[in-house]
Amino acid sequence: MELTSLTIDAARSAIQEHKTTSMALVESFYERIQKEDGEIGAFLTLTRERALEQADRIDRMAAEGNPLPPLGGVPVAVKDVMCTRGVRSTAGSKILGNFVPPYDCTAVARLEAAGAVVLGKLNCDEFAMGSSNENSAFRPVRNPRDTTRVPGGSSGGSAAAIAADMAVAALGSDTGGSIRQPAAFCGVVGVLPTYGRVSRYGLIAFASSLDHIGPLTKTVKDAALVLRTIAGRDPMDATSAEVPVPDYVAELERPVRGLKVGVAQEYFGDGLEPEIRKSVEDGIEALAQLGCEVVPVSLPHSEYAIPTYYIVATAEASSNLARFDGVRYGYRARGVRTLSQMYRRSRDEGFGAEAKRRIMLGTYALSAGYYDAYYLKAQKVRTLLTRDFDEAFKKVDAIVTPTTPTAAFKLGEKVDDPLAMYLADIYTVTADLAGIPGISIPCVRTSENLPIGMQILGMHFDEATILRLAHAYEKAGARS
Amino acid sequence: MKVTEGDVRYVADLANLELTEEESARMLRDLNSILGYVDSLSRLNTDSVEPMAQVSDRFGRDRGKQGSERFAYATREDILYGLRKSLPHEEALANAPDPDENFFQVPKVIER
Repeated sequence: MELTSLTIDAARSAIQEHKTTSMALVESFYERIQKEDGEIGAFLTLTRERALEQADRIDRMAAEGNPLPPLGGVPVAVKDVMCTRGVRSTAGSKILGNFVPPYDCTAVARLEAAGAVVLGKLNCDEFAMGSSNENSAFRPVRNPRDTTRVPGGSSGGSAAAIAADMAVAALGSDTGGSIRQPAAFCGVVGVLPTYGRVSRYGLIAFASSLDHIGPLTKTVKDAALVLRTIAGRDPMDATSAEVPVPDYVAELERPVRGLKVGVAQEYFGDGLEPEIRKSVEDGIEALAQLGCEVVPVSLPHSEYAIPTYYIVATAEASSNLARFDGVRYGYRARGVRTLSQMYRRSRDEGFGAEAKRRIMLGTYALSAGYYDAYYLKAQKVRTLLTRDFDEAFKKVDAIVTPTTPTAAFKLGEKVDDPLAMYLADIYTVTADLAGIPGISIPCVRTSENLPIGMQILGMHFDEATILRLAHAYEKAGARS
Repeated sequence: MKVTEGDVRYVADLANLELTEEESARMLRDLNSILGYVDSLSRLNTDSVEPMAQVSDRFGRDRGKQGSERFAYATREDILYGLRKSLPHEEALANAPDPDENFFQVPKVIER
């Protein structure tokens, strides 16, 4: 039994049935991290003490013959944009390099309450701003499938940790594609839940109308298990929805025959690499073989998604990041004489280039004289993009697209061209803007053996259907 | 619309950033490149389209209710210790770059 390649159920059962212990499992993951992560760079902080304490608690439950909770003893890891009490939480930024939160993010607390063991905090682009993980203030992450390439971003550490067997499951965050795009690049499963499905309490904010927390895992079932654990109303987050959470795991086995799957030509146009197109078209054919009805749909405003996103997201970011002033927490510049100098120098030295670029863009879009032309305009186009989905979902149960237009690119390839980097999110930002759920699952790889992601988008609060489709596709083994 | 050097200085000032000359030059180039792309939005006529600030409106709430009534579930009575206690003083100061025993210290605010 290779301990580090187990799924959630397999790991939990192995502990329950005394074939191993959570402690042994945790130790083998730390050994693997020790061996592999020097090159990959997925972890920023290891939480050994906290992990061993939780593992011991679970092992005692198992020893006494008590049934383990759904994630009992399962080693997981968490993107460093989520606050963990007593554990440094940096958001990948120098400005929070020494920040030790006094409380836990709800999603992390719910994982631990369900028995999960948190191994550590995962590297990411600074404030989750990026598509390659090269914007981390600490170090870039390398793609475990090909270490000359990026793992995607911003949850690059989360995707890389799963791909390299350094955790069973991980939490990431998705504002414009930051769970699904790295999942596609690293060949793992990534889920963007509906806006409001998962509490963001304790998530370090980037763009509040777009930020989501969701799972990255090796299998669709594991994603369903993690989502079931973290979903649901949280009084600490007023934007978390009061909508009942179905049993995503039980729903997985319902047949997909007869489901209507939409295909939008707008997602198969210029800029899509032929190999990706072929792989996703094969994926759609596999769903048809499983009895799904493939229906053409139109999402006519798709070409406006990236400009809309980069105005809305940066405007909100400029507001959220205004709190970093060097007064109550975070980095403070030395040798300053006045308060205003302290703000400016602290922010200038604390933020990296991409965070500053987005603060500037957002501030510009919100400034007097440009508000109507940029911010208000983008909010209106956001309505149009959302209506596109409303119309499409009158005809279909889900929409299948590529997750990304290309496979993982090389480190350094796009760092000097922010616009080229932004276009890596072209197929993912619309779901965040509309607030609908999405999943990226691995499909047939490129001729260079690089992973490709197929994205399935669903209706608001209907994660169950997209998980079910993804599970059926995965089970059919159509990707090999 | 083209961003000028003056715009970059003005916006940096609004955003409390102190950009170096090199950063400003790069920022000018990047903002113009990104905003040039964003200008495609002006092709769309949105005169009769409502702006969308957030998606919470679509939470299957009672569509008959409006405004704060519709989101009444998200509010609670304003009482002391509603959901959790306030942070103890020392915890609130624990991350401060320059605290004394009671306060966050900052450089002099009033300049003479």
